[in-house]
Amino acid sequence: MLLRAANLDKSFGGVAAVQALELAVAPGTVHSIIGPNGAGKTTLLNMLSGIYRPDAGSIFLEGRELTGLAPHEFAAAGIGRTFQNLQIFFNMSALENVMAGRWLHEACGLAAALLRLPALSRAEHRARAEAEELLQFVGLERWAQAPSDGLPYGALKRLEIARALATRPKLLLLDEPAAGLNPTETREIDQLIRRIAERGITVVLVEHNMKLVMEVSQRVLVLDQGRRLAEGDPESVSRDPQVIEAYLGVEAC
Amino acid sequence: MSRKGFIALALAVALLPLALTNNYTYDVAILVGLNAIVCIGLNLLIGYAGQISLGHAGFFGLGAYGSAILAARYGWPPLAALASATVAVSIIAWIIGKPVLRLKGHYLAMATLGLGIIVSVVLATEDRITGGPDGMAVPPLSIAGFVIQGEKLWYWIVAAVLLGTVWLALNLIDSPRGRAWRALHGSEVAAGAIGIDPARHKLAAFVLSAALAAGAGALTAHYSGFITPSKASFLHSIELVTMVVFGGMASTFGAVVGAAILTTLPQFLTVFKEYEMVLLGAVMMLTMIFMPQGLVPTLEKALAAARRKPR
Repeated sequence: MLLRAANLDKSFGGVAAVQALELAVAPGTVHSIIGPNGAGKTTLLNMLSGIYRPDAGSIFLEGRELTGLAPHEFAAAGIGRTFQNLQIFFNMSALENVMAGRWLHEACGLAAALLRLPALSRAEHRARAEAEELLQFVGLERWAQAPSDGLPYGALKRLEIARALATRPKLLLLDEPAAGLNPTETREIDQLIRRIAERGITVVLVEHNMKLVMEVSQRVLVLDQGRRLAEGDPESVSRDPQVIEAYLGVEAC
Repeated sequence: MSRKGFIALALAVALLPLALTNNYTYDVAILVGLNAIVCIGLNLLIGYAGQISLGHAGFFGLGAYGSAILAARYGWPPLAALASATVAVSIIAWIIGKPVLRLKGHYLAMATLGLGIIVSVVLATEDRITGGPDGMAVPPLSIAGFVIQGEKLWYWIVAAVLLGTVWLALNLIDSPRGRAWRALHGSEVAAGAIGIDPARHKLAAFVLSAALAAGAGALTAHYSGFITPSKASFLHSIELVTMVVFGGMASTFGAVVGAAILTTLPQFLTVFKEYEMVLLGAVMMLTMIFMPQGLVPTLEKALAAARRKPR
């Protein structure tokens, strides 16, 4: 297993957001997490990226325990993520957003940065080329030089993915990448997630769009009130009577 | 843009002496340069890394007094005093910054404001070594026995230091580290998610900006030959932040332009006598209402838009 979370608990002011949750993500898969609003999906993702520290339980990536580390240490360990409510660096161009994502692989000392040493110039050249390639990968090459606050919503969603990919993650957490997108844009995200998986990057996907989830995932975890309601392949989960009752409701009948 | 801007600034600095007719105008130009150096550093902290400081005059004052005391009371060579004071203030900034930068927004503003006030109070009360509110005399800068004196010589020294600072700042902003700092400003949570340690980078920006303030403070002390605690006061801190915001946050040239205008404008406004401060306030209010991003970024955008139109 690439990622293993054991017995995770998190509550806010006495309200349990996630309870005794177990999660194992196999390498090279797309593992989706679904559930009604308030089921604890984003809380779980925030724990898996170090933003929240779990009240109890542990998180392992490739057998190495990450519990209690800071978010930037989760990123350094190989967990990248995007955000449900956009967290773009609006003070930079699209290209610079992606280049910023390369910090872990292109850190430089203060002296080197101030003096712009030749080695840094060369590294910057490579960084720019790689960032341009990633923008192309998510289909944003024509926006590269644009200030990011001028990009349309759908493009910003993909810019977040490109920035997360620039960290070269082993595991990519996508928090509702298709939320607020029209059907065409959602199909593009669908394609993009498949191409990310083809690159050998394991994906954990939190998403409300059932069609998208059923199409791209190998495995689906259904959360309800912070607990695991069901888990399995998309086919069996969508036929689970408990899931139909709690989440899919009338729509699936 | 930044290369062209740098060449334009270098030309302006080189040609300015043609317009400087007497020692008084030279003096104003030198003060502009010294303030600009502080503002470039403060702009790295406020405009790029997104952290506020209302206490930077404190670091300016510590640098000025540190160098002055080492040179005047302990007989250190002024250049060694200047360098040591700058390093010492950097260390102080690091020690203070570590806990203080955990705070955000208004809380950080309050903490740094308190820091500045403490420094100016200490400088005013420790009169046995600082001379108290009356200030103290500072020996002139000298290198290997040669005493640096006269406005003209000082102009070129400050010009060289200013251009060097601008060059370093421009390099930094366009480097991975500069992007990491700007990322903190854009979204701290997203910066963490791409592996940037917010605490470490905030501290680095804070220390660098404090070092520039201290260095400029020490230079100012040796240049003017006399310092008072007012240089470390809360009012001076506010002046510095105003220069940065007026010129344009996240613009190195903006910091220079802001320092230039807000240092020279009061000299022109003296003809209005008691209305001087009212007019200064009005100019600043109007600028912020019509150009909330500050002077240089607004003009840059207008220029870019004008260039696009004819096509």
